[in-house]
Amino acid sequence: MLQIHDLHAAIDGKEILRGINLDVHAGEVHAIMGPNGSGKSTLSAVLTGNPAYSVTGGTVTFNGKDLLALSPEERAHEGLFLSFQYPVEIPGVSMVNFMRAAVNAKRAYQGLEPLSAAEFLKLMRAKREVVELDAKLANRSVNEGFSGGEKKRNEIFQMAMLEPRLSILDETDSGLDIDALRIVAGGVNRLRSASNATIVITHYQRLLDYIKPDVVHILYKGRIIKTAGPELALELERRGYDWIKDEC
Amino acid sequence: MQQYIDLYNEHREAFHRDAPAALNALRERALQVVAGTPLPPRGSDDHEAIDLPEMFATDYGLNVSRLNIDPRLAESFHCDVPNLSTALWCVAGDVPRPTATALRPMPGVDVMTLRQAGQRCPELLEQYLGQAADISQPVVALNTLLAQDGLLIHVHEGVTCPKPIQIVNILNATAPMMAVRRLLVVADSGANVKLLLCDHTQRDGVPMLSLQVTEVFAASGATIDVYDLEEATAATRRVNASFVSQSDNSNVLVDTITLSGGTTRNEITVDANDPGTETHLLGMAIADGSQTVDNRTLIRHHAPRCDSNEMYKYVLDDKAVGGFEGRIRVDEGCPRVEAYQGNRNLLAAATARMHTKPQLEIYTDDVRCSHGTTIGQLDDDALFYMQSRGIPRDTARTMLMQAFMADVIDAVRLDVLRDRLRHLVDKRFAGQLASCANCHIQSPRPPIG
Repeated sequence: MLQIHDLHAAIDGKEILRGINLDVHAGEVHAIMGPNGSGKSTLSAVLTGNPAYSVTGGTVTFNGKDLLALSPEERAHEGLFLSFQYPVEIPGVSMVNFMRAAVNAKRAYQGLEPLSAAEFLKLMRAKREVVELDAKLANRSVNEGFSGGEKKRNEIFQMAMLEPRLSILDETDSGLDIDALRIVAGGVNRLRSASNATIVITHYQRLLDYIKPDVVHILYKGRIIKTAGPELALELERRGYDWIKDEC
Repeated sequence: MQQYIDLYNEHREAFHRDAPAALNALRERALQVVAGTPLPPRGSDDHEAIDLPEMFATDYGLNVSRLNIDPRLAESFHCDVPNLSTALWCVAGDVPRPTATALRPMPGVDVMTLRQAGQRCPELLEQYLGQAADISQPVVALNTLLAQDGLLIHVHEGVTCPKPIQIVNILNATAPMMAVRRLLVVADSGANVKLLLCDHTQRDGVPMLSLQVTEVFAASGATIDVYDLEEATAATRRVNASFVSQSDNSNVLVDTITLSGGTTRNEITVDANDPGTETHLLGMAIADGSQTVDNRTLIRHHAPRCDSNEMYKYVLDDKAVGGFEGRIRVDEGCPRVEAYQGNRNLLAAATARMHTKPQLEIYTDDVRCSHGTTIGQLDDDALFYMQSRGIPRDTARTMLMQAFMADVIDAVRLDVLRDRLRHLVDKRFAGQLASCANCHIQSPRPPIG
């Protein structure tokens, strides 16, 4: 599904990613862990096409297409989704209009008619339940005045609405209490299938108790320096990152 | 300006013949001011964005002899605000004409031309016409010198006007043309009226100028809403001077909306004369191409407990220029005044320019006044967030610009107009409202099939 080969990227002339290689197949859950500043969030930003970052080398293929040649919206239409570490507040744009624009843009890309107002609201209602998102929140401006937990639930709600093939969860656990974490992780698990895949970017093992990864990677100084099974996350939790740093 | 003085002197008799005596009585003074006071050029005080001499430099024709007004012009206009049942007047050039909806009587509400008013209620004109407008200003003086007619709206004591009164101004000419318009609104004590003014020009490429003076008198406890909407061609120039005089506990809202146009200068002066008044000034400008939109506001609080609220928002694209000069003055001995002013501007292109000048002049201690101004760009983080959900960049930009205008639209106190405005703003941002296609005289459509 996703093949990243020798990916290099920089921001403001400073190289952050220094040769990433990663293969993700349908049905898999990959965890990417690593200390602060290792490039985890940069990787998600580069994959989704954030214009603040420039790709300085390497290739990324997504479902057979050259991902890096696509605009951010085309990447979304192809089935890529990022759950933001810091979801953006957009005062004056209602969740309903926001989601309708997103869903119908994707449908247009797929050559489908836009959803009718009734169909759309029905879909909203159904998907809200996945993360127990309050109807009141769905009627407000995008993320405006949402608590940290509500923002993260809203991300997973959007994911449910857009039904991506590959979801990247960037520090989705940060700022969540244990109940919110359970709800958010439960939502992610309900959306998992044999045909889609998930990349979980996280600092801690905690989220991986709820979303079980198949593969765990350690990112350090812009490179994946270790790849192993779920047991690697547990080891990191026990021993910290220092032994990894010493190893390389 | 000399060409207009010559024109007036040459046709003095025609200007005076059918005009009301109350207007003619002001002409001599107007002539003195026009002859003796040059229009302020760009860069002079409160004229940072606008060059009035340049706006009047074209040798515009005036319809002195009231000829060739196409009667179909008024009828041709299809209002952009459907579902809104109004008493509709059309002003073709500077000739007011009622439509059928304006002929149905509304008890306690008189709407008539100034010429008619000169016959029917000369004493009312005597009392109000020219009493709020500052004739020492050259723009007002020129309007007073050249006006031949206009409209009077008089709402009697305690009467709530059953439906909004709509005035559609249309200007259409094959050669440069100026329309000199005058509007007088008098709401007696406790009266309540909503006005919708729609300003249009037709025939793209022909320079046209509308020179408008509006006077609004709100007596004790009266409520007046004025929604002034400009949708004009890029060759249009508009100079509008409005004067609002408020008595105790009156409530006046003036909303100045520039959806499209060429060069626009709006001046609003509010005098809050007695305690307990409430004033709301709202403004919204969407400008692109080489459009200029300039709003100058002055609110003078002459009494205690007068509140005013002011919010102007601009979205400027391409090489558009915006100007905002807002002044709040609180006289000595006016405690417990609350006056707030805001001006927020969004520059959608690096080549757009905004000049803004918020000013507070306060001579009393116990007041709450503030002003705030921002000039910014679209939020890149929000844009990327929306794109990452699949919303195309252009759509996302449009949605963010609409969102920016949301609060000034929400402040409209006329439900149908609010909904319609939202739609018009959407269309404008989507690039579908550059021309005023709705009001062209339609040739018969070819049959279907």
